[in-house]
Amino acid sequence: MATQNTTKVARAMMAPSVIALLIWMIVPLAMTLYYSTLGYSLYNPISTPFVGLDNYTYFLTDPTFIAALTNTLVLVVGVLIITVGGGILIALLLDQDVYGVNVVRLLVIAPFFVMPTVAALVWKNMMMNPVYGVIGQAMSGLGLAPIDWMTDVPLTSIIIIVAWQWLPFATLILLTSLQSLSADQKEAAEMDGAGALSIFWYITLPHMSRAITVVVLIQTIFLLSIFAEILVTTNGGPGSQSTNITYLVYQQAISFGDIGAASAGGIVAVILANIVAIFLIKAIGKNLDA
Amino acid sequence: MARQVTKQRKIGMTVLAWAVGLLIFFPILWTFLTSFKTELTAISIPPQFMFFDWTTENYSTINSQANYFHFMANSIYLALGSTLLGLLFAIPAAWAMAFSPTPRTKDILLWMLSTKMLPAVGVYIPIYLLFINLGLLDSRFGLIVVLFLINLPIMVWMLYTYFKEIPVDILEAARMDGASLRQEITQVLTPMAVPGIASTVLLNVILAWNEAFWTLNLTTTDAAPLTAFIASYSSPQGNFYAKLSAASMLAIAPILVVGWFSQKQLVRGLTFGAVK
Repeated sequence: MATQNTTKVARAMMAPSVIALLIWMIVPLAMTLYYSTLGYSLYNPISTPFVGLDNYTYFLTDPTFIAALTNTLVLVVGVLIITVGGGILIALLLDQDVYGVNVVRLLVIAPFFVMPTVAALVWKNMMMNPVYGVIGQAMSGLGLAPIDWMTDVPLTSIIIIVAWQWLPFATLILLTSLQSLSADQKEAAEMDGAGALSIFWYITLPHMSRAITVVVLIQTIFLLSIFAEILVTTNGGPGSQSTNITYLVYQQAISFGDIGAASAGGIVAVILANIVAIFLIKAIGKNLDA
Repeated sequence: MARQVTKQRKIGMTVLAWAVGLLIFFPILWTFLTSFKTELTAISIPPQFMFFDWTTENYSTINSQANYFHFMANSIYLALGSTLLGLLFAIPAAWAMAFSPTPRTKDILLWMLSTKMLPAVGVYIPIYLLFINLGLLDSRFGLIVVLFLINLPIMVWMLYTYFKEIPVDILEAARMDGASLRQEITQVLTPMAVPGIASTVLLNVILAWNEAFWTLNLTTTDAAPLTAFIASYSSPQGNFYAKLSAASMLAIAPILVVGWFSQKQLVRGLTFGAVK
């Protein structure tokens, strides 16, 4: 009796959150799906004929789409390699007995709190400007020809900026995981004559594998929707060299006013994100049982 | 002998760790230094590191010319507004899930998490058109609701992991000692729940402050927060390095301090409790 009552109360307490999220997820998504079947231009919003899958055909066969898809994948994979690789190395370093390790920690995690527009503009202007930027000046100081980052290697530049923002996240989480590794296990291995490298390979790395998985999956979700960094630096250019799917959808809607094609692009982005999400939900759901 | 080797190793590691830390921190340090330079010093070749005439004129220019406080106020409104609204919804939900779990609780939690994975562009078009039709474009209220919704799953999750650690037995013990329901709530439960709620607030404020898809796409001036203010420097004002730096420092300093204090909670919140 009492239990039944509690269940009712519990349901009532959960209801507002569940309903809010249900509406937030289903209504706009259904509308996006609906719009994606219409010939809907912002410049002629009176006539919105049903066009079936034409928008998908248009979007998927647009050469810019292939470029954007490739750029999205390169961006995600590039940032992941830098942040996970660098994160493991820095976490190992900060796990050592080091003077002032707490201050170093603060220095390392700081970029994570820098808002995307600031990070992008500081890098674009003050680091990567070929004449006045710090990197450019350092390179001319060494007698090298400076690179015009945003024009010559736009996607690489964005990878560097985004990796700088996410390296702290990877480091912090991998360090947390590393610090939960018991010293006994390592000592036992040392006693058995294991070298530093084999301890890392056979004990430390497997211990961190869960944390690495979580870092990869969570970052992938955020990295698939990188937007502000592209908007304030390259505007997706030159051409479409640094356009990702998110930016392409934005362009279709805002610059070309093509609501139908933009919606089709949105649905494609949802499908891509879902593929990643399935793995993430499984990984986290497993932890919930334990 | 062995001790000497350890000591040498420690010094070596220290040098390496500090070098890496300073390298990563360098863009922020450089922005800080540049914000106190004149525009001319800011682009001098070779660059001036510390020995220049420090000036605060950039900060006063930003405040007087660019109406900085308008954007700052919007950032504060959006961050606090979406966080308060979030607490109102998330605390009861997380409480119910932690203290009267049903077989479906886990599914609901995971489903909530899955809504967080919906990419913004998947719902961007309808929200944008809806905002135009309802006159919500460039309004603080509309943006508060959107930021609240995108962060709600994280808030529920984070509060849930904290509430679950509150031992239920302690309530029974308090009851045995003759505590009334009011005392139970004010003297036993609240003190134990506050740290978790505080961490959740901190993380949510950081996320809302730095959110840069919706804040850029749904505002123009009236409701524009600091993310949009800084984006307006993309060109050609971006060439004024000293002013860009001062504006950037003002935009990131508050949240950097908050972030430094809440780094532990951050791991927990952003990994949905999967790494502790």
